[in-house]
Amino acid sequence: MAEENGGTETERKRYAFYPGCVSKGACKELKTSTEIVAKHLGIELDELTEAACCGAGVTDDVNEEMTDALNARTLAMAEQRGLTLLTQCSTCQGVLNKLNKEVQADEDKRERLNGILDETGYQYDGTVEVKHLLWTLVDEEEYGISKLKEQVKRPLTGLRIAPFYGCYILRPSDLLGFDHPHRPTSLDELIEALGGETVDYKGKTKCCGFPIQMMRPTNSFRMAGTHLNEAKTKGADAMATPCPLCHLNLDARQPDAERVLQQDGKLAGSIDLPTLHVSQLVALALGYSPKELGMDTHIVSTKAVEAKI
Amino acid sequence: MSELITFRIRRFNPESGEEAYYEDFTFEPPNPEATLLDCINHIKWHIDGTLTYRMSCRSAICGSCAMRVNGGGQLVCNAQFQDYLDENGVVTIEPVGNMPVVKDLVTDFSDFWNKVHSVNPYVQYADEDAERSNDGEHRMDPTDFAKINEASTCILCGACYSECVSYEADRNFLGPAALAKAQRLVNDTRDETKQERLEALSEYGGMWDCAHCFACVQACPKPVNPLYRIIDLRREAHKEGFHDNNGSRHARGFVEIIEESGWLDEAKLPVKSVGSVSEFVADLLPMGVRMGLKNKYRPNPLHMIPGRHHPEIPKMEEVKTIIQKTRLDKEDETAEAEGEADHG
Repeated sequence: MAEENGGTETERKRYAFYPGCVSKGACKELKTSTEIVAKHLGIELDELTEAACCGAGVTDDVNEEMTDALNARTLAMAEQRGLTLLTQCSTCQGVLNKLNKEVQADEDKRERLNGILDETGYQYDGTVEVKHLLWTLVDEEEYGISKLKEQVKRPLTGLRIAPFYGCYILRPSDLLGFDHPHRPTSLDELIEALGGETVDYKGKTKCCGFPIQMMRPTNSFRMAGTHLNEAKTKGADAMATPCPLCHLNLDARQPDAERVLQQDGKLAGSIDLPTLHVSQLVALALGYSPKELGMDTHIVSTKAVEAKI
Repeated sequence: MSELITFRIRRFNPESGEEAYYEDFTFEPPNPEATLLDCINHIKWHIDGTLTYRMSCRSAICGSCAMRVNGGGQLVCNAQFQDYLDENGVVTIEPVGNMPVVKDLVTDFSDFWNKVHSVNPYVQYADEDAERSNDGEHRMDPTDFAKINEASTCILCGACYSECVSYEADRNFLGPAALAKAQRLVNDTRDETKQERLEALSEYGGMWDCAHCFACVQACPKPVNPLYRIIDLRREAHKEGFHDNNGSRHARGFVEIIEESGWLDEAKLPVKSVGSVSEFVADLLPMGVRMGLKNKYRPNPLHMIPGRHHPEIPKMEEVKTIIQKTRLDKEDETAEAEGEADHG
């Protein structure tokens, strides 16, 4: 019998899942947590295990054609499956989305890249959509925030969370078009749906500094430290980010960020603000333990967060 | 009668001795299609004549009226107020960021101009004193012109500096507009100082200090899109052999790693990026130890040996086919082959 009131959802959401290299290396806890969340919510992840690295917006400085062709191959994998491509990394999303929009608008480019792909058995016609996990959790046409709310078992009541959007999930907005570039709401909505309290601060749409970590470390750590310290000063218990590269600079590099801020005379003592991946935040509210979500591997202790939930 | 709207404007008058504050102006918009600038003019002409700001052409040509609207730098003459009202009918207007405020919405552009001037923003000859024929004509191939077309549209409005995160973190950074201007000259076939320019631009404060955050692309009212011009500069620097800096080592090392295994080796890339043992010991080693102790990440040291690498992704042969077809030296080979064919 047909469901009339939109009652039970029989259609399971299924995505071509592009986890990204960082979630298989220095942020394994992200992939673990995303897989836990997906399984719990009945979202099927068809992992593109044969997909190459997106190049993180770096390799195209050296070899644009190689980078574009490898990413066109990844998009073609999702196209073959007839699925939306899902990322859990803002940077992968940004790189793949930018190429996708270019290829959709520029037939010459599409043909050129398909010429390179020829011998690999892949062709890309430009029909795929690229989405970040955060968007699919919030967007009612995907999983949606109202259904997510119903699933919350352990509301993050009393937990003050500073959303750190970063760059590639917001800009350029004419290309991505999900959130407002200066006043985004998706991560705030998610935090509130999970029962947490959001902390507003200026740095939430700025850069974490990760891309210049190797080139200009002082500036890089100053960026991370400034945002962390601002959020902490505004009363945050934790930061949450949709990007594992941001996580690396905000968490693994927090001791360095503290050092730079101390040298600048902007900080006495430590910041000590844990940073959570979006998936970890969701999984905590779904009732999973911090240990299952790899929170014990974070550089900054998450004990204060654990004590509050 | 149309609905009332509110412009929340950041005010500051250094002569008053007071701190900056926000003032709400609530009024009936001059017309439903009014631009943000029309509304600001309306305030000045009909409500408060002391409101101070720069404006001139009203056509996005002069670059005078950059301000921060709802938190982002942009021109106010090329945007309609209707698109910027929040749910309470409020638009927030502030002076552009990253510059000292002179009064209200007027900022001091001194450092912006210093940065633009410091890249020698005009075509230069290798020897300025040399005799040269003055036939008044320089011919440029359309494909060469295409490389400088976008950067040439810069109106020096400063919206990009307003939002630049690297400039915010370090005033030594040249910044988006100056680097876009530099790209316009590096790729100008009339300029004879490309090598000197690229060398200077590879230094501290130059192209490698950009954090790739897209804030300037978001802010730019023209097709300049400074970040994309900075990427053009980096491509040119790679091509011309300016490799002795962490930015270049990082990007080339990243490509090498993908060529080896198809995916990023996060332990190998930082090691390939740094230029000295001291950087490795002072920065990378403590981070590696920190991550290892927490069991966050423990790479296999054997993968660091030249010629060795972490496991390849499945179907690596497909990746290798693509790499083979897009090899950078391929163009030279093709050109040589064509050259031989021509001679043959």
